[in-house]
Amino acid sequence: MNVELITFPFIVGLLAAAVRLAVPILFAALGETFTERAGILNLGLEGIMLMGALAGFVGAYATGNLWLGVLLALLCGGAMGLLMGFMSVTAKVNQVVAGLGITILGSGLSTLLFRLFFGLRSTPPTITMFPAQPIPGLSRIPVLGEMVFSHNVLVYLALILVPVAWIVLYRTRFGLALRAVGERPDAVDTRGLSVDRLRYISLIIGGALAGLGGAVLPLANLGIFWTQITAGRGFIAVAVVVFARWDPVRALWGALLFGGAMALQLSLQTLKLPIPSELLLMLPYIITIIVLVGVSRRAEFPAAYAVPYSRVEK
Amino acid sequence: MGIVEMAGITKRFPGVLANDQVNLELHKGEIHGLLGENGAGKTTLMNILFGLYQPDAGQILVRSQPVTIASPAAAIHRGIGMVHQHFRLVPPLTVTENIILGLEGRGLLDLKAAERRVQQVAEEYGVQIDPGATVQDLSVGQQQRVEILSSLYRGAEILILDEPTAVLTPQEANSLALSLKKMAEQGKAIVFISHKLEEVMRLTDRVTVLRAGRVVFEALTRDTDKARLAREMIGHDLVALRAEQRNQVLVLAGAKDAAPVEESPAQRATGGVMLETKAVHVNDDRGLPAVRGLSLVLRSGEILGIAGVDGNGQRELAEAIVRLRPLQAGQLVIAEEDASQWGTPDFLRRSTAYIPDDRQNDGLILSFDIARNATLKLFKHRPFSAFGFLNNRAINQFAVELMEDFDVRAPNPFVRARTLSGGNQQKLILARELSQTPRLVIASQPARGLDIGAAAYVHQRLMEERDRGAAILLISTDLDEIMLLSDRILVMYNGRSMGELDAHAANAQTLGLMMAGTPLGDTDGSGGVV
Amino acid sequence: MTTRGQVVLRRSIDWQALGRSTYQAALSVVLSLLIGALLLLVSGQNPVLAFRSLWDGAFGSVDRFTETLVQATPLLLIAISVSLSFRCQIWNIGAEGQVILGGIASIWVALTFSELPPAILLPLTFIGGALAGAVWSLIAGLLKAYAQANEVITTSMLNYIAVYLLAFLVHGPMMDPAGFNFPQSPLIARALELPRLVAGTRLSVSFLIALLMAGAALLYWRTTLGQRTEIVGASRRVARQIGLSVPATIALVSMLTGALAGIAGWGEMFGLHFRLIEEFARGMGSLGIVVALLGELHPLGMVVSAFLFGALVVGGNAMERNAGVPFALVDVIQGCVILLILARGYIFKFRRGAR
Repeated sequence: MNVELITFPFIVGLLAAAVRLAVPILFAALGETFTERAGILNLGLEGIMLMGALAGFVGAYATGNLWLGVLLALLCGGAMGLLMGFMSVTAKVNQVVAGLGITILGSGLSTLLFRLFFGLRSTPPTITMFPAQPIPGLSRIPVLGEMVFSHNVLVYLALILVPVAWIVLYRTRFGLALRAVGERPDAVDTRGLSVDRLRYISLIIGGALAGLGGAVLPLANLGIFWTQITAGRGFIAVAVVVFARWDPVRALWGALLFGGAMALQLSLQTLKLPIPSELLLMLPYIITIIVLVGVSRRAEFPAAYAVPYSRVEK
Repeated sequence: MGIVEMAGITKRFPGVLANDQVNLELHKGEIHGLLGENGAGKTTLMNILFGLYQPDAGQILVRSQPVTIASPAAAIHRGIGMVHQHFRLVPPLTVTENIILGLEGRGLLDLKAAERRVQQVAEEYGVQIDPGATVQDLSVGQQQRVEILSSLYRGAEILILDEPTAVLTPQEANSLALSLKKMAEQGKAIVFISHKLEEVMRLTDRVTVLRAGRVVFEALTRDTDKARLAREMIGHDLVALRAEQRNQVLVLAGAKDAAPVEESPAQRATGGVMLETKAVHVNDDRGLPAVRGLSLVLRSGEILGIAGVDGNGQRELAEAIVRLRPLQAGQLVIAEEDASQWGTPDFLRRSTAYIPDDRQNDGLILSFDIARNATLKLFKHRPFSAFGFLNNRAINQFAVELMEDFDVRAPNPFVRARTLSGGNQQKLILARELSQTPRLVIASQPARGLDIGAAAYVHQRLMEERDRGAAILLISTDLDEIMLLSDRILVMYNGRSMGELDAHAANAQTLGLMMAGTPLGDTDGSGGVV
Repeated sequence: MTTRGQVVLRRSIDWQALGRSTYQAALSVVLSLLIGALLLLVSGQNPVLAFRSLWDGAFGSVDRFTETLVQATPLLLIAISVSLSFRCQIWNIGAEGQVILGGIASIWVALTFSELPPAILLPLTFIGGALAGAVWSLIAGLLKAYAQANEVITTSMLNYIAVYLLAFLVHGPMMDPAGFNFPQSPLIARALELPRLVAGTRLSVSFLIALLMAGAALLYWRTTLGQRTEIVGASRRVARQIGLSVPATIALVSMLTGALAGIAGWGEMFGLHFRLIEEFARGMGSLGIVVALLGELHPLGMVVSAFLFGALVVGGNAMERNAGVPFALVDVIQGCVILLILARGYIFKFRRGAR
């Protein structure tokens, strides 16, 4: 085991990696925060992230423009959010199973389309990722500079989105209506707002952000796409939302926790610990279970969580 | 020409004609009572006016213009506001957030400015409220004020209140009446939906009686009387009822005061102590104290009525007794055994019955059929199962017998409980609970939301059980029901007992004071405070 | 109504509802296939060719047909296990992990106690497989029952953990020393291999066991335990009120669920692969869920849908080999079927009077 590699720069690098690796989950968790606040449980995140990853990759690959990849990922994710909206809000089906259906669909569709478009090649197709763009001045601050201010643009986008999401949720009429509809949709209905419209919007936002979160993987972290590239991040994002008690700022800490776990797992491999790599790979999933168990008991779910709304006859 | 005119309104739901060619006229400055028993179609009619439902036929005119009210938004836009029976408030949000919810505006929310405006409107109508308070911390009466304020804030000219006094003490109801009169004086048109003709007589200027979806009577309140209204409200059914039920029915409708109990419990042979709580403390779902040191004694052959406004710990008390909730302190004694640590199975094994207040979510499994609901507590025992396998034949036969004994009306025992009317659902629950002749019955709001016939039936059965020797704990927010059935009455307020009295020593005024927090010793027995 | 004392009543089968259900299920499948075909068209593939090779792959010969049954076997078992949980409102999607644990445990037993006579060892491996699956599922069940932890997340996490566990074992402690560093375990003894049902094919007794379990499931719903399961699934509040222990029921149902999936893992090991290999359970979890949902969570329905998806899997593999269309098309069809089945009430509205 190469203990001598554990130096201060190593640890700072680890923290910086944690931030970078947290971004996919952060986007998805922020989106899901809006969705769940509106009372819908979207377990299709994993499938949506996969489709977003593919869309982002294909968009960037085909046009050479990374931002077009981002746009395509947002659209794709939003469309799948819309589909989930149809299932939950209009058809009023069981949200858990609908989410699973969407995950399975997204998983299969992303694999299918990838294989159909690129076929099986010996060398997988690649793209040039978003480069690291350190913020002049701020990136020179010791520790924090490398941790926060020396990343690619999507990381900055994610970090900025956190306070934006907070403001939207707590300081706008839309956010107020959203918070109300997840607790007492009948109260919202009676005040003349459309419960369905609010929920559809929350799902489109959630889907778009999840799509973006998926796209971060090929566009900013890995540079390529492979099937099942998200490896469960969609489910982890849902766990983060519970951990964050449906608050955007706390979602940031949750995402960082998992980013940290993934960064830790990678760096432990570098250190050549006598632990087999497969066991290290289990780490984020085990942590997810532990964290979820820790927070679930006292969690106060939105009152109308995962319950379809229809105007009740007397 | 009234500010609102509803003409020929017809509304059909699967299996029931809720409104049948209903005509209604509302005038500015007038409090209009909409009277009828549960299920008569009053709320449906007002839901149509408020845009929650669309009529199948008929026309609505607002300020002489024919309109289509497609949604609550449209209703609000036309100056119509509704205060629902079950409040449409969002508990975790503040008063102000609840009130401004759904309002148009530009830019970010300015909560401080909104709070000031809410305060202004509240003062304008003489309503006392703290704009920054969180709704779930407010009392029921205060929450109702928030509901009303919500409509007034939006400039409602027409205000619909659905059974507003159901959740209030008599004194709070009086203060509500004063507020409504003030609003009427300011030119509002107010609709007051109720099934209690006593208060309709007292509070309204004009009254319309609905029965089975039709308007059967309409008059200025001062031109009519209770007896007439009662006859119209109940109709021919009154003649068809048995003599003893007729009495109950009239009391339920508020047409008569509850007759004094013929003999006091001391005279009737009551048996040993069946249930006793000794200074019990129980917490609610949030971990806060809901029952604070309550002691009571219940004997065989008597009905002890627990009166009180909803939310003062009654539900937690009931759940603690049936062992769905743990005791934080104190002792529970059932049939002379210490039951404080019992689990639900222990409670069930002792010949007990529990009629929960939420019949659809706690009392029945709506997706199950009658037969399975009827045997929910019994299927694990013979003859309904053997060696782990269910005996469907026995189960079905039992269900048929039960349906006959308890007048549950359905084509067969295989229909889902969901398809039954409220009255039949409640009878099914009674059937399941009472069929095994329990010694102890905990009944919570047993007649809530039932039409008069079904309510009378339920009360009848409970009294029969009492006469048979069962000990019955009756928990109800309906004072008429309490006074009708109870031998003794205990009033709960804020988790504590405000005192106990014999039924024939009780009157609505005294009970009302106790329900609002005045202990029995501080009242003078006729509704005044010492 | 009957008069008292007469035993006249028996619930009659609602043929109309059954017909409607079947029609809607069939329609969902057909539509999903059409969507798949459309996707192929749009991306320049030939759907006719693809579906033909799919059909031939599944039913083209006796050999192919038995392969369909071979694939259907674990799917049926998993579907039954899923149906148990789902009807109790436990959204346990951990079948893949439970199958893996079942396979691992049963092989481990076979290899560790190889001196025992097969007559004893084989049942032991069966028990080991069932037990391991039960325990893996119970973890999530207990976490749900006592910590209110969302079981969809915990079971899917456990799936990933199981996959890595399997990879670790076949690359390490359980790797066949004589296997040229291939990630696989040693073979089980010949005597432990389950007998074939049709000579020359891969169809083994495990298929019969799956059918047996379907029959057991039918009986299950007529027992008091089955009734308990349904009550807890329908309403926790009522369940508590009538004295049922909700946590105990959740734990029990979780164990049964895991046991059935574990048996599927055992079946794959002792009826098909005869050694532990990576990815032997890949995709079975979601397939099992689709099979369960398409079969309306009813044992007989699930037998039919397991057969259908067994065909899709076998045909899909053949389609990839022969027509070059990726197997992932079958996954897309799965997803479409789930969504269509769920929304069937809304989409395939039957006009029968007022809705």
